[in-house]
Amino acid sequence: MNSLDPRVNRLDVSKTMDGGLLTNSHLITWEVFHQDKRGKQVVHCGIVHANTPEMALILAKEQYARRGKTTNLWVAKTSDVFTFNSEDEDIFETTPEKTFRDPGFYKVRDRIEKYQQQNKLNV
Amino acid sequence: MSNAIKDLLFKMADDALIIGHRNSEWTGIGPMLEEDLAFSSMAQDKIGHAQALYTILHESFGEPSPDQLGFLRTEAAFRCCRFVEQPIGEYDFSIVRQFLFDHAEYIRYDLLAQSTCKPLALLAKKVKGEIKYHVLHGDTFFKQLAQGTEESKARMQSALREAWHQALGIFEKSEFEEELIAQGVFAGEDELKKRWLAKVTAVVEAAGLQIPETIESKIDFGGRRGYHSEYLKQLLDEMTEVVRLDINAEW
Repeated sequence: MNSLDPRVNRLDVSKTMDGGLLTNSHLITWEVFHQDKRGKQVVHCGIVHANTPEMALILAKEQYARRGKTTNLWVAKTSDVFTFNSEDEDIFETTPEKTFRDPGFYKVRDRIEKYQQQNKLNV
Repeated sequence: MSNAIKDLLFKMADDALIIGHRNSEWTGIGPMLEEDLAFSSMAQDKIGHAQALYTILHESFGEPSPDQLGFLRTEAAFRCCRFVEQPIGEYDFSIVRQFLFDHAEYIRYDLLAQSTCKPLALLAKKVKGEIKYHVLHGDTFFKQLAQGTEESKARMQSALREAWHQALGIFEKSEFEEELIAQGVFAGEDELKKRWLAKVTAVVEAAGLQIPETIESKIDFGGRRGYHSEYLKQLLDEMTEVVRLDINAEW
């Protein structure tokens, strides 16, 4: 028996000193999403360690839904998440400049133009 | 009549307080961070149930305040079953105890939702969801560990054997049993035990383990009449150590 707790493996220092490598058998992680009201979007809130979706969900309940209002939780394997490489962050670099894609921009723009026109007329 | 209802309220409240205290002993030393937090949080829920039941005793039956009932009664006045008094042991025992105890508690509250004792019926509806989660947690861990490795399977079967006759002590009847049934307060311990046995047998068998053989003379009775195991006094001494320094202190 390697460990008193069968769910974890302990580092055997004498073996690693000999240059051996141990397999990492920690539990996998699950991404947790929280929904505070029926019909509203689920929002990512963190992770839990677990070996099955059922275990992930029951553990997520107390980690992320023990305070405040909750209607549901989602869990999904972290390994199922598909994402960009961090060095490709430049893809998003100029986005903050594209204010014309922000609906708020037009409201302000209209008011500025109106003000400018009025001032021109007054001059 | 009120003595019969009080007896029922005391045994439920004392069960909840003592198992809540026991399970909280895992705080900080749970098997993994997430489970440490979940088990502690459920232990807190149990203390909350105890407080709600003591509050009914206080407000509807003229008993002292919830704090006084929880902290200042002697061991012999407690009506909890011996099962909840047992030390936490290793995690296999604590999970098996949660699994067996919470199934009984869930069915008890479910039956009490129809009780003629209105405050109890209201409480039963209020805590239903909380206990449903406790049962789900117990079932999931129980099945997971029973179907894990050869070692975990053997440990779960052994813990089940150890806990079995203690768990059957939950259903010890008091002198008020017939009165509670006749007045429509509670369907009774026999009905509860029948439903509980069907539930836990289904889960145990689905998990690939065996229900231990019941030997009537081995059932751990006594708690419901104030005859407790050696562990209750130790627990009460520890739990009330601070409050006894100055029982009139304002917090």
